[in-house]
Amino acid sequence: MSVMTIVQAINNALDIKLEEDKSVVVFGEDAGVEGGVFRVTEGLQKKHGVERVFDTPIAESAIVGTGLGMALSGLRPVVELQFDGFSYPAFNQVISNVSRMHNRSRSMYKAPMVIRFPYGGGINALEHHSESPEALYSHIPGLKVVVPSTPHDAKGLMIAAIESDDPVIFMEPKRIYRAIKQEVSDDKFSIPLGKAKVLTEGTDVTVVAFGAMIRECQKAMVMAKEAGISVELIDLRTIYPIDKETIAASIKKTGRVVIVAEAPESFSVGGELMAIANEEAFLYLEAPPKRVMGFDTIVPLAKGESMYMISPDRIFYEIERTVKF
Amino acid sequence: MLTTTKKSVDKTDTKKQTNLFKDFDPAEDKILRIIDNDGKVINKELMPDLDDETIIQAYKHMLYFRTADQMAVSYQRQGRMYTFPPCLGHEAIHAASGMNMRDQDWLAPAFREVGIMLLKGVTMKEIFLYYMGNEEGSNYKNANHVLPISISIGSQFLHATGIGYSVKYQKKDELVFTSIGDGGTSEGDFSEALNFAGIWKVPVIYTIQNNQYAISVPVRNQTNSVNLAIKSYAFGLPGIKVDGNDFFAMYAIYKAAAEYAKAGNGAVLIEALTYRKGAHTTSDDPTKYRTKEEELEWDKTDPIIRLKKYMDEKGIWKENEEELIEKYKLEVDKQFEEAENMTAYKLEDVFQHMYVDMPDDLKRQKSDYEQFLTWKESRK
Repeated sequence: MSVMTIVQAINNALDIKLEEDKSVVVFGEDAGVEGGVFRVTEGLQKKHGVERVFDTPIAESAIVGTGLGMALSGLRPVVELQFDGFSYPAFNQVISNVSRMHNRSRSMYKAPMVIRFPYGGGINALEHHSESPEALYSHIPGLKVVVPSTPHDAKGLMIAAIESDDPVIFMEPKRIYRAIKQEVSDDKFSIPLGKAKVLTEGTDVTVVAFGAMIRECQKAMVMAKEAGISVELIDLRTIYPIDKETIAASIKKTGRVVIVAEAPESFSVGGELMAIANEEAFLYLEAPPKRVMGFDTIVPLAKGESMYMISPDRIFYEIERTVKF
Repeated sequence: MLTTTKKSVDKTDTKKQTNLFKDFDPAEDKILRIIDNDGKVINKELMPDLDDETIIQAYKHMLYFRTADQMAVSYQRQGRMYTFPPCLGHEAIHAASGMNMRDQDWLAPAFREVGIMLLKGVTMKEIFLYYMGNEEGSNYKNANHVLPISISIGSQFLHATGIGYSVKYQKKDELVFTSIGDGGTSEGDFSEALNFAGIWKVPVIYTIQNNQYAISVPVRNQTNSVNLAIKSYAFGLPGIKVDGNDFFAMYAIYKAAAEYAKAGNGAVLIEALTYRKGAHTTSDDPTKYRTKEEELEWDKTDPIIRLKKYMDEKGIWKENEEELIEKYKLEVDKQFEEAENMTAYKLEDVFQHMYVDMPDDLKRQKSDYEQFLTWKESRK
């Protein structure tokens, strides 16, 4: 066991897979010599060589498009896009090619690649550096979308993502990249994709969240506890395929659900979770499902960001209203 | 009659400028340079016809840019700004292009063009506001035809091409200036913009500020081309590599490019060779990927020192430089304080600019949030 941050846990997962599987390659802008702007790939080039861990020019579409070519021909590329808001130049490759090559070739070709990028706000960043595009990617048939919330999960999910024969979008919560430290096994282990985790059991209301919002929900739960409210907290871990079973079972038990995510509310993962609540647990609902999510605006720059970001007291406010409904 | 005369003058100029692009053929990896590192004129016949006053003004601009830039970095270090991309070393490019832009000309900047923006009327207060995390810093109140900075790499090149089409279509006497880093030339948008520019013959002056690094990745790992200017060949545009740390060379090429575009010949691509003396942004640490020796080597080409040497040789610089810098510092500091004392960011500011016609749902989200704030207030 070692104490790791999320950055170190992902680095460790990449290191393990690079070590045991020669078909794994890692590349992206500044991912080689520098080890990435967040240092997630630090030391990997030195250890595994420039042929397997390398820098590319600034060209996101090329990073993903060439990655796909490698995936189609025997490699397992893990490509890095520098920020959430810089994933869009590659969007055409993702939606038109990566996600559908398996289907298009009637299963002759598969695209075992991981596209990883830091996502989310709360770090006082510039524009395009604070976005949560999980809904954009989850809406694309053919992709799996993963968002870890702890170092342990980050490692296990990354290993599963690299071993997945389907392409995976791996969104890393940059706000808590180094904020959470946890004992993580040094050995290889994986966490199955598509499985949510009940982090805390409770009886009054289900709270569903993922990534950096888990920690905010846990802070809100302290307030809820003081108010005598028992919260069941579910960490999605994989956005798609979404774990309907775990979510529905919890809502059936509590009769109430509050969904927390930082992306704009409309046409979001929050909307999908409300659909699950209605389709799978309609007769058990004692209050309307509630989303606590970002406004339908651009994430403001630093001066306005705190108004946009979901605070623990705002989560508690909606938990209490839902319970009192 | 007047018109005819003007036209014929333009034609003569055009011929001369076309030669300039031919004389410094990027395929032969030639570079346009007018003064050397010691400020000595090595290319007399290409020296732009500038009076002493203008040269002194250019130097003052560059000195102001550098002072403001260094102060910006220090404000950031003091924790008073979130980030800043230093322009240290880019001063000659900024002064030369800014001085060749007219009020009606357009600027589609990336994020390392502070000097050019200042000469277009953007204020340091606005620059500071932006990096303090206030979008109001992109509302350039006294600058005509300057777009907000483009952080998504390379995208501004396409906008410049589009504006070029638009002003040509509207028969407006307006030129378009845009700039990109060496890193940005790897993006598809770069090539697509220049391809369209070649077809449409738009009055756009495209500059690559080749400062040798895309964050940590050196130019040699970005392209196998002999230089970046040669990429113009693929799009049927004139291209030229220029010493970006030589104010006179940069001035000469911008003047030539502007006349070429004004005469209706279309776009040009200028590669301005320089060095990013600072970090990529204040979050970056260049010691991770480049050597002190390399930095010292480039220091010898410093644009400000070179221009100063030229002026000293001619004996035209008579001011007290230290006093001047002190004066600039006070001015920059005043702008910074004004930015720091801006009225607080309001909830309204998150919403009000998102749409021209704000959807009801957005109004509802704002009012829900206000209810939450009322609840929060009541718990205090």
